[in-house]
Amino acid sequence: MQSFLLSLIVWLPLVGALVLLFIPGLSDRTAKRLALVWSLAVFVVSLPLVPGLGFYNASEPGLQLVERVPWIARFGVDYHLAIDGIALWLVLLTTFLTPITILSTFDSVHTRVRSFEAFMLALETGMLGVFLAQDLFLFYIFWEFTLVPMYFLIGIWGGSRRIYATVKFFLYTFAASVLMLLAIIALYVLWGRNSFSLPDMVAAIQSGQFVLDQNLARWLFLAFFAAFAVKVPLWPFHSWLPDAHTEAPTAGSVILAGVLLKLGGYGFIRFNLQLFPEASRYFAFAIGVLAVIGIIYGAWIAYAQTDIKKLVAYSSVSHLGFVMLGIFALNPIGIHGAILQMVNHGLSTGALFLIVGMIYERRHTREIDAFGGLWKVMPVYTGMSLLIIMSSIGLPALNGFVGEATIMFGTLSSQVLGWEFAAFGLLGVILSAVYLLWMFRRVMMGDVNQATEKMRDATRLEIAMLVPVIALIILIGLYPTPFFQAMDQSVTALANGLAPVVATR
Amino acid sequence: MNVTIPQIDWATIGPPLLLVVWATVLLLIDLFIANKRTTAYLALLGLAASAAVAVPFWGAQPRLSFAGMARIDDTAIVIDWILALITAITVLFSIDYLKRQSIEMGEYYSLLLFTTAGMMMMAHGSNLIVLFLSLEWVSIGLYVLAGFAYPRIRSEEAAMKYLLYGAFAAGFLIYGIALVYGTTGSTDLTTIATILEDNAALRTSPVLLIGVGLLIIGFGYKISMVPFHMWTPDVYEGSPTPVSAYMSTATKAAGFAALLRVVQIALPGLIETWQLPLALLAALTMVIGNVAAVVQNNIKRMLAYSAIAHAGFILCALVAIRQAGAVESFLYYILAYSLTNLGAFAVVIALEQAGEERFDIADLAGMGWRQPLLGMAMAIFMLSLAGVPPLAGFFAKWLVFQVAYQAGYWWLALIGLLSSVISAFYYLRIIVNMYMRERTEPVRSFTTSPMLIGVGFAALLVVLQGFLTSPVLDLVGQTLTAGR
Repeated sequence: MQSFLLSLIVWLPLVGALVLLFIPGLSDRTAKRLALVWSLAVFVVSLPLVPGLGFYNASEPGLQLVERVPWIARFGVDYHLAIDGIALWLVLLTTFLTPITILSTFDSVHTRVRSFEAFMLALETGMLGVFLAQDLFLFYIFWEFTLVPMYFLIGIWGGSRRIYATVKFFLYTFAASVLMLLAIIALYVLWGRNSFSLPDMVAAIQSGQFVLDQNLARWLFLAFFAAFAVKVPLWPFHSWLPDAHTEAPTAGSVILAGVLLKLGGYGFIRFNLQLFPEASRYFAFAIGVLAVIGIIYGAWIAYAQTDIKKLVAYSSVSHLGFVMLGIFALNPIGIHGAILQMVNHGLSTGALFLIVGMIYERRHTREIDAFGGLWKVMPVYTGMSLLIIMSSIGLPALNGFVGEATIMFGTLSSQVLGWEFAAFGLLGVILSAVYLLWMFRRVMMGDVNQATEKMRDATRLEIAMLVPVIALIILIGLYPTPFFQAMDQSVTALANGLAPVVATR
Repeated sequence: MNVTIPQIDWATIGPPLLLVVWATVLLLIDLFIANKRTTAYLALLGLAASAAVAVPFWGAQPRLSFAGMARIDDTAIVIDWILALITAITVLFSIDYLKRQSIEMGEYYSLLLFTTAGMMMMAHGSNLIVLFLSLEWVSIGLYVLAGFAYPRIRSEEAAMKYLLYGAFAAGFLIYGIALVYGTTGSTDLTTIATILEDNAALRTSPVLLIGVGLLIIGFGYKISMVPFHMWTPDVYEGSPTPVSAYMSTATKAAGFAALLRVVQIALPGLIETWQLPLALLAALTMVIGNVAAVVQNNIKRMLAYSAIAHAGFILCALVAIRQAGAVESFLYYILAYSLTNLGAFAVVIALEQAGEERFDIADLAGMGWRQPLLGMAMAIFMLSLAGVPPLAGFFAKWLVFQVAYQAGYWWLALIGLLSSVISAFYYLRIIVNMYMRERTEPVRSFTTSPMLIGVGFAALLVVLQGFLTSPVLDLVGQTLTAGR
């Protein structure tokens, strides 16, 4: 008998979205509560996936909880969901962050509430589908589908330049993705098995049954690369991100930074590394260079920002460079670090956007100069912010450190990247401390001015949003072992698949 | 002298025949009907009957009659059904529109049925003469329909332009037929194929190739293929909007059906010759249609250029006609495109008031919130036209690009995908205006229950066709075996 747990997790949010849209006479207040309860239910349903609870087996490297039925039989498209150690934490991150994000809308979304919450839930379905789909075609459907709710979230509820930002966001990601579609079609035709099944294709490639021409494989790698690099976003494909982040409503930014950007990194690991090992090896150095440029450039530009939200947005460009380094170190330790760091970034940067949103709601400005001395008027808020900022900087004993350190080890021991990349990465860590602490000093420390003295400290609602995130930040920082353990088998198996090409340096 | 009267298998033209008879009857009984709404409902009844009459022949062996001039097979039946569906939705859109524009006349519905019957004949024809005659039959109906709002100068202009261009197209087509007949000695599609197969020298005859070229040009006009697309924006803009909707979908489906018959049945032997030129034309059509649509501010003109662009996408499937699945993807695309485009025109219909043209994209501002159902449907149509999953338009594009890739035309698929990105830009503009802009004095929009039923039905089908790709493909897939 097939388990249908994964289908339940994927589709439950969408059902919630439809319920929200079509129940007549729902008040805004009830709509928010309903959305919250619904997303919490999704989280609860996803909890059995936590290793040790009997559903997910951490010692099994392959796919688990497989659901596979033919969908478009004539063209070999299957409805194929499954989970492994690579997707596990990203799925849980999604179900964990969505209720928190919806909670943040209680204070910040006042217009067309039902539609907003419906789009949030629809987006959750899309993101979960991307992480769980094991059929190339099904994956592409979920991948593109995530664009639609995000497009509306920015375009309807965003800031003053929202239309520019949302159209740019859509077109950038759409354009890059169609190249991936062409590559998917090419793989399907070349394989000639009338199947889009990813695990089968990977197995065929590893066993030498499906041999791609070297040149062609590199082109196909680049087609996938385009889609994922824009999503990550890797420098120089990042220019949509600051616009999208700045214009998006708080909840949109949180989910964008928290989960949506992870789709890119996940895609690289799941598709590029597995389908095109030789091409991955071939391009690893170049991608490493782009990642390093992104780390330094993102940090540099972040430092120059006067808008806190933009600063956080550019810090994402910098931080996700680390993830790329970890992935293209092409060794198990680097990939371990990359996956954990994706989760960490989701938590830390998601939380950073939450705290920016909180002061924006109070003052309706995000200019750094408009604040000062918040520590004195908002001690609880500032305390939590400091912890989150420290986690983003990578302070030991917090989650960011674990992820970055693992990536550094991976980069250092990598046969394709090496110590130079680690050195630049380290420089990026220092720079991130510089701009984040500088921002912290100017916003939170110093004298209370007239504009800030009446600012209210964090409300219970806001504390409720941040506490779960902070708890995880500390937990991962102090005791990351279970997080690594759950992904270890899958990542090692994946890296073993890469070993033959990496060894032939 | 012995005159033998051939056995006539009326079933081969069953659906169009029934429609013609019904349209004639309707024309007569309309004289006694005061409420034109009743006429419209009777027209719907006729369409349903016409679709139903083909049911017993579904899945059966292809049948020929009228000395091989007409045939009934699964491809023809699927096209009949698509045409009946399009026409039915057009009727629903027209009911209140005609009244609002004070051009409510019962003849309109009979004309629609006559024209649809002609289109069905294009799918049933298996002889170039029949294809030509039915094409002209359709055109005459459309000339009248385009000018139906005749006190309006734009409508007259549209009819005039369509007539002139139609005459050109007819000229090219008949000349092409003459040349093909002159070289092969036949106008029968199957016979032409056999002759071409047996006679290798004929396959390179310049006269024949010119003839084939002229045929493609003639049909090219009807399906708005670049560079024979010039009439499209003007005619769509000027015609009464339900007629534009009908023209952009039904005419196209019929024109493509005829072209499919010609390349699939008569000319597969010449594929080496026409494949590359047709691929280039497809690429041009996609690129020019999409690029030109970007700069349009008039919704009707934008939809016209989008219709041109989609003709290019459909041509990709014709280029790959030899591949398994090409005909299926072709029919799938036509169905998806027709439903989506019809729905898109509905919004324009809803905005149009008597004597006042509200075709500017800015007129849509805030409409998505004022007319939630219409707005949601329109957003679905636009995303589907842009090719965003999981809507029908996405699957349609995937199918045609996949067969094009399989046929070795990877560059055509790439151009198609990239031009889809361009198209996303102008489809998004509509959504941006509906949901993300407000204006102080919103434009009034009219939605009535028949129209909402039509739009809702189309939107539902666009979503369902995506999820039910497999059954839909199976439905149209039967035509593969019946195709030859």
